[in-house]
Amino acid sequence: MFDGYTSSELMSIFAMQGFAGLSLFSVFVLMALGLAIIFGQMGVINMAHGEFMILGAYTTYLTSGLFESYLPGLFGGYFFIAMILAFLVCAALGAFVEWAMVRHLYRRPLDTLLATWGLSLILQQAYRSIFGAREVGVTLPDWMLGSIQVTDMVDLPINGLFVMIIALSIALGVYFLMYRSGWGKKVRAVVQNRPMAEAVGINSAGVDRATFALGCGIAGIAGAAFTMIGSTGPSSGQAYIVDTFLVVVFGGAQSLIGTIISAFGISQAQSTMEFFLSGSMAKVLTLLVVVGILMLRPEGLMALKIRR
Amino acid sequence: MKQSPILKWFVSREGLYYLALALLLVVILPVALDSFRLNMVGKYLTYAFVAIGLVMCWGKAGILSLGQGVFFGLGGYCMAMYLKLEASTPEATSIQSTPGIPDFMDWNQITALPWFWEPFNSFAFTLLAVIGVPVLLAFIIGFAMFTRRVGGVYFAIITQAIAAILTILIIGQQGFTGGINGITDLRTLMGWEIRTDEAKNALYFVTVAMLFVCLFTARLIQQRKLGRILVAMNAQENRVRFSGYDVAAFKIFVFCLAAAFAGIGGALFTLSVGFMSPSFIGIVASIEMVIFCALGGRLSILGAVYGALLVNAAKSGFSESFPELWPFAMGALFIGVVLAFPNGLAGLYQTYVMPLEDRLFKRKKAEATPAVAPVAGKPNAEKAKDYDPMIDHYSPEKS
Repeated sequence: MFDGYTSSELMSIFAMQGFAGLSLFSVFVLMALGLAIIFGQMGVINMAHGEFMILGAYTTYLTSGLFESYLPGLFGGYFFIAMILAFLVCAALGAFVEWAMVRHLYRRPLDTLLATWGLSLILQQAYRSIFGAREVGVTLPDWMLGSIQVTDMVDLPINGLFVMIIALSIALGVYFLMYRSGWGKKVRAVVQNRPMAEAVGINSAGVDRATFALGCGIAGIAGAAFTMIGSTGPSSGQAYIVDTFLVVVFGGAQSLIGTIISAFGISQAQSTMEFFLSGSMAKVLTLLVVVGILMLRPEGLMALKIRR
Repeated sequence: MKQSPILKWFVSREGLYYLALALLLVVILPVALDSFRLNMVGKYLTYAFVAIGLVMCWGKAGILSLGQGVFFGLGGYCMAMYLKLEASTPEATSIQSTPGIPDFMDWNQITALPWFWEPFNSFAFTLLAVIGVPVLLAFIIGFAMFTRRVGGVYFAIITQAIAAILTILIIGQQGFTGGINGITDLRTLMGWEIRTDEAKNALYFVTVAMLFVCLFTARLIQQRKLGRILVAMNAQENRVRFSGYDVAAFKIFVFCLAAAFAGIGGALFTLSVGFMSPSFIGIVASIEMVIFCALGGRLSILGAVYGALLVNAAKSGFSESFPELWPFAMGALFIGVVLAFPNGLAGLYQTYVMPLEDRLFKRKKAEATPAVAPVAGKPNAEKAKDYDPMIDHYSPEKS
């Protein structure tokens, strides 16, 4: 498949496709971080995660509309407000969903999967009724347009870079929250031994709700970032949900580092192969390899070493 | 009076439930519905095959597969490939640049029949493949996963990924599979027109007959030790393992069984609808199949049939009049069935209708044989023999 390319051309192709892969990587990381928190830490399968992401995207879309009509002077900075709003809206809905639905199902993970799938159907149809079936896009502020030229053949779009920076900073933030803060310690204590955590005075129901809300909020930020590189439709979230679950499972459900490494591997493999094969075959091959590796190593790349 | 055990079974409670279903499918629906509607019911019934498989696999053994659409689709595609080859005679396709191959291959500049299409010229091979291909895939997946003790949500996610892979593959390889349109324009089965009303009616009864074959197979398994082990495995996997049973082998078996049922359903689906396309096998379709089983009652094979019928009938009804409301109803169904009544319709029936039946039944019995009073100490000794759709009631607390 490399026939007919000189080595320097190949290098540029890899660099360009590598960068295209990086924006896919950013979306994967942002979605997978939320899922890794909810699935990895709580063991809850949230099939509506993609719809939470789309909720964030629609929040951003509405915010950009508001800024355009009422605060055109501040338009350059609307994204940061939108990101915060997206986080808050999604976290609030997440907390509600946890209260109304998920908390009754902690002992039945497979049933959670079905219930959240039902939620995702409802949310998708709600978006379709409210925003219409057509995809919507936001107007990017001027500073995000254009690209940085690195070499003659390689140039990097600024919005892609920006999304990547967001993804990495959120990842860093989650890391500090989960592994370097008192609250993260509580979450991990509840995950590892719920009765014991309760015995030492941790309010495990409160921790559950906050964790679920945090995961959903991060999905909202993912959605906000997603608007920078693509347009949003009612069922855009569903397109990513299987990939994202594979990313989380492949990385080892309870490891944040594993999640990031696997997001990187899967997105790079897919986008590099896309150049040489058709898009669908690249995706099939990537998924097959991931499923194959998971069959050989079901615990994922970075497994938490615990005795079961 | 001497009664054969089979006759006895038919007048038992369980036998009456089966009779009622048979009455509904063989007499009431064909009389009440026109040919078009009956064909629709036949289509819904093909999904009941998948739902029965899911009862065995998910309800009994606790293995949730989100990829049943894959097996349904493989069965359906095997049948569609045979029918397509039959429809693509050199005479019928003489306007193509390569006569004698399916039309979509010609559109995609393929000039010879691919090797994996060749065997589908034979009907016997096709019938084997309808069951064999899904079972083979299920065996590979099951062997890889269950011997490594992968289960629960991981298994669900992986099967879902496999559904995604197969759909993308079929859509991407347009020349070999017909792409997103699927394999269409299927007319005859061994020279027999399948699009006429008579043929559709006949196919409906074939579907019902096959459905009962599958129901009795599933029932037989349930009644045997094999079925007990499946249930035990779901409740206490390690105890079963420590009792010396090879848990993985039982899981592979039940997963292959579900795949075989789904494959049969898929083949009948192709016959009754007249085409096969990737939209029936993807992630969304596969999860919908789970709701058929969940609504009917995840532990009841009869419930699964009713679940498949009801959900699909509701879907067509909503899509005809309020298409935008259907996703809301479907979503609410998912949430409601999980939160409010995890045992589905069969569970509701058992809680609310069966006591009424008991009362009616007892009164008659009491009139006939007033001398027999319940023995003190074990009042339910007789009841235990009765058919119980939830032989082991699904309790949310076990997991």
